Amino acid sequence: MNSEEIIKNGTIVYQRPRLLDERNTHYCPGCSHGVVHRILAELIDEMGIEDKTVGVAPVGCAVFAYNYIDVDWVEAAHGRAPAVATALSRLNPEDVVFTYQGDGDLAAIGTAETIHAANRGENIVIIFINNAIYGMTGGQMAPTTLLGQKTATTPYGRRADLNGYPVKMSDILATLDGTCYVTRQAVHTPAAVRKAKAAIRKAFENAIAKRGTSVVEIVSTCNSGWKLTPVQSNEWMAKNMFEKYPLGDLKNI
Amino acid sequence: MAEEVKLMKGNEAIAHAAIRYGCDGYFGYPITPQSELLETLEDLMPWESTGMVVLQAESEVAAINMVYGGAASGKAVMTSSSSPGVSLKQEGISYIAAAELPALIVNVMRGGPGLGTIQPSQADYFQATKGGGHGDYHLIVLAPATVQEMADFVGLGFDLAFKYRTPAMILADGIVGQMMEKVVLPEPRARRTDAEIAEQCPWAATGRHGRAHRNVVTSLELEPAKMEVNNIRLQETYSRIAASEVRYKEYHTEDAEYLIVAFGTVARISLKAIEDARAAGIKVGLLRPITLWPFPSERLLELSKQVKGILTVELNAGQMIEDVKLATEFNVPVHHFGRMGGIVPNPGEVYDALVKHFPEAIK
Repeated sequence: MNSEEIIKNGTIVYQRPRLLDERNTHYCPGCSHGVVHRILAELIDEMGIEDKTVGVAPVGCAVFAYNYIDVDWVEAAHGRAPAVATALSRLNPEDVVFTYQGDGDLAAIGTAETIHAANRGENIVIIFINNAIYGMTGGQMAPTTLLGQKTATTPYGRRADLNGYPVKMSDILATLDGTCYVTRQAVHTPAAVRKAKAAIRKAFENAIAKRGTSVVEIVSTCNSGWKLTPVQSNEWMAKNMFEKYPLGDLKNI
Repeated sequence: MAEEVKLMKGNEAIAHAAIRYGCDGYFGYPITPQSELLETLEDLMPWESTGMVVLQAESEVAAINMVYGGAASGKAVMTSSSSPGVSLKQEGISYIAAAELPALIVNVMRGGPGLGTIQPSQADYFQATKGGGHGDYHLIVLAPATVQEMADFVGLGFDLAFKYRTPAMILADGIVGQMMEKVVLPEPRARRTDAEIAEQCPWAATGRHGRAHRNVVTSLELEPAKMEVNNIRLQETYSRIAASEVRYKEYHTEDAEYLIVAFGTVARISLKAIEDARAAGIKVGLLRPITLWPFPSERLLELSKQVKGILTVELNAGQMIEDVKLATEFNVPVHHFGRMGGIVPNPGEVYDALVKHFPEAIK
């Protein structure tokens, strides 16, 4: 079926996911959050788990994630989403619980909660948006900010002697016995989106099968924070971030 | 059937009472002098009997956020700690209050500030009754004086927390946590079913399970007009609590010319001092606040028109005395006697303080 036939027949092959609300998001045009939200909304629908899914929103740009995906949500304090998810999952073992966190939330202020939830092997999914910057607060240095990268709090570029090194949090989490699946993906091309969606599906399947903690890192763009156009951001990410944060599975049991 | 009397520590009594109440989950971190609470729960393995979840968290911060998560799904959940640990929990407590969630928090107080000491104290009165975390909120604060009350206040705390959708705190001094006393444990009752929770807590984030709309538990609201409405709603809840839930006990106040105000174990020490004072001809009474918030201000105002002077006795530098002074509108002199740093006064010291501040009482 070619495109003309599709248009003629009125066959719908691509549309807003049923569980993604019809409203404008607060995300900047070009940001990766929208794509990942879409993937989540599609998957929860496709897997038929909307009635038992509970999301835990972070502090950061995704603080309002609960405004967009039509499942139950709990908004956590900064960095505490894995602790909140731990209790939700333990007390409601039939539910599918996921956290949605940025790099500052997960790898700075919430490092302890992230590592210990993963180390206990909580049956949760952790979606980790790594855009190497604090987006919501205006582009300050994140734990994952690259050396040399300019941010509002590293105006001359991140220096190892002053600011330490970018944290490879997924690599750390992959060393823990409680994680069953740790993968690093991106959503900058259609092929990458398909791979990321397959990875998140696997993570949800693991949670349902109670195999332990699954972590899906999405290496993401923040064109506003990076002060680049969306296209430039994708190029900058592929050129600079994938070297430090290479895509692919870090652990898959 | 005769009630079964047991001998145990206050901390242990709370653990037993929590299981018997039908508590769904406990999340905590070891800290002296309350570690027996978590130890007792782990020893009793309630997950085998009632299905209650017990989890030793990686920190007090994680533990209170687990309580937040559990409460968000409508479960009866609790945590416990001691003073430095409760300071760490303040972030989560503020979020729980703001999100209008029920929860029970136990603080078995030790001496501060800082790392302080593991010995008993009441120096967290300000923190517990005035907020503690950021923003305008209150906790319902219960002050047990006996091991029996440690057990009883678990159920009372949960009931009040669910009634008003607000966190409650048991504020115990280290003495009543560590002391062994006779206690009759509450009758066991079943944990609520998921259907009961869905009915009682229609706001809970449990997964939609057929619900037409999603439930979102959050304290975030960026529109000032809406955020003010949220604040007003909280304050209205606190007004209802203050109007209905003040609890206190009086001893020898009928003919009292002087009044001691003390809570927790110190009230019992003061009661002994009152016996000694009455033997010496001084008519002293005791008011023991059971709810530190809401504070028994109205009754204190009445008593301030009857007595010639008031002495507060506290294991701190003088914290509750501020509420006593506010309540009594400076009708009579209000003095403070306190020991700090883990020192617990004996009845003789309380008696001496009474006579020192009110020498005219000795006729």
